[in-house]
Amino acid sequence: MRSRNAVARAVFVILVVSLTWSVWIFARTVRQDSAQRSNAGASNRTEGLAAWQQIYSVLISPRCINCHTATSFPQQGDDRHRHFANVVRGPEDRGVPALQCITCHQEANANSTGVPGAHDWHLAPLSMKWQDLNGNILSSAAVCSDVTDRSKNHNLDGAGLLKHHTVEPLVLWAFQPGLNIDGTPRSLPPLTHEELVAATRKWVEAGTPCLQTH
Amino acid sequence: METYKLTVNGQPKEVTVDPGTPLLWVLREELKMTGTKFGCGIAACGACTVHLGGVATQSCVVPVSLVGNRPIVTIEAMADDPVGRVVQDAWVSLDVVQCGYCQSGQIMSAVALLKVEPKPTDRNIEESMGGNICRCGTYVRIREAIKAASQQLHEGGAR
Repeated sequence: MRSRNAVARAVFVILVVSLTWSVWIFARTVRQDSAQRSNAGASNRTEGLAAWQQIYSVLISPRCINCHTATSFPQQGDDRHRHFANVVRGPEDRGVPALQCITCHQEANANSTGVPGAHDWHLAPLSMKWQDLNGNILSSAAVCSDVTDRSKNHNLDGAGLLKHHTVEPLVLWAFQPGLNIDGTPRSLPPLTHEELVAATRKWVEAGTPCLQTH
Repeated sequence: METYKLTVNGQPKEVTVDPGTPLLWVLREELKMTGTKFGCGIAACGACTVHLGGVATQSCVVPVSLVGNRPIVTIEAMADDPVGRVVQDAWVSLDVVQCGYCQSGQIMSAVALLKVEPKPTDRNIEESMGGNICRCGTYVRIREAIKAASQQLHEGGAR
């Protein structure tokens, strides 16, 4: 009888030790998984922010930002001077009745006369201004905040933003901007269109992260 | 050289020119329609304004290859246009013109404005006519004539 109790006690101790060991192993595994997920998330965000910086470098290039003004007129040229001929924004960002954007800007570049063109040439709405009234370019965080704000960006989600960068004619124009009036090529954004689309895809897949605005 | 079929003031035209030839050159040199003027050649003065598909357009910077099938209307057709006739009458009655060189472009822009904005404010006029320069400085009379034409059109004076 005494020896049977001793065996039972030994079995009980072994069971308790095994259970404790299993719980400890399980807890450690869960902690490791959680840490890995957290690291992956941070890495994803870091990569997303890096991709955004690439996108930002394109958005603030003259081919893009000249029509993302905070003023009642667009800019032109690499020095981003005020558009000539008293051109104004107008109520729908497309000029005014006898002086519309399409008064000069046709469906394609006019290389023989140096006037750039693409379908539906127009200014970006004021909600998508990427500079202040003095022409100072807004910070990366501020532009990112506006670009991802669906109340300001024509209600585009990440997929919509990717599509915009992929197929919008005025975005495509920036990478094939034609010739200046003196026959020299207009300067290009710092990335190719393919690189912009790839960066946008990476940024969207990371959840369109932005740095905090101050 | 390419051949282009154009519709100018309702009439079919055919020209054979280099694709990069500006519409202004086609009108003046090929079709001998000299009412539309060459001013600056870079869309800075508005003397070459025509209506392309109903839009006031600086013809000096639009290559003929980009015209497509849009109808072209020039100053030569304004006497037969209901709004154009009233605008021209207002120009004459208020003696707007001084040297006159820019006035065909001014009238084309004024007509385009009044067709979209029948009762333009001073600001509407200043903004819409901002691309048309007059070295004689007839801007005050141009504004008065646009307002007079607007009034005339409002009273049903379009003929």
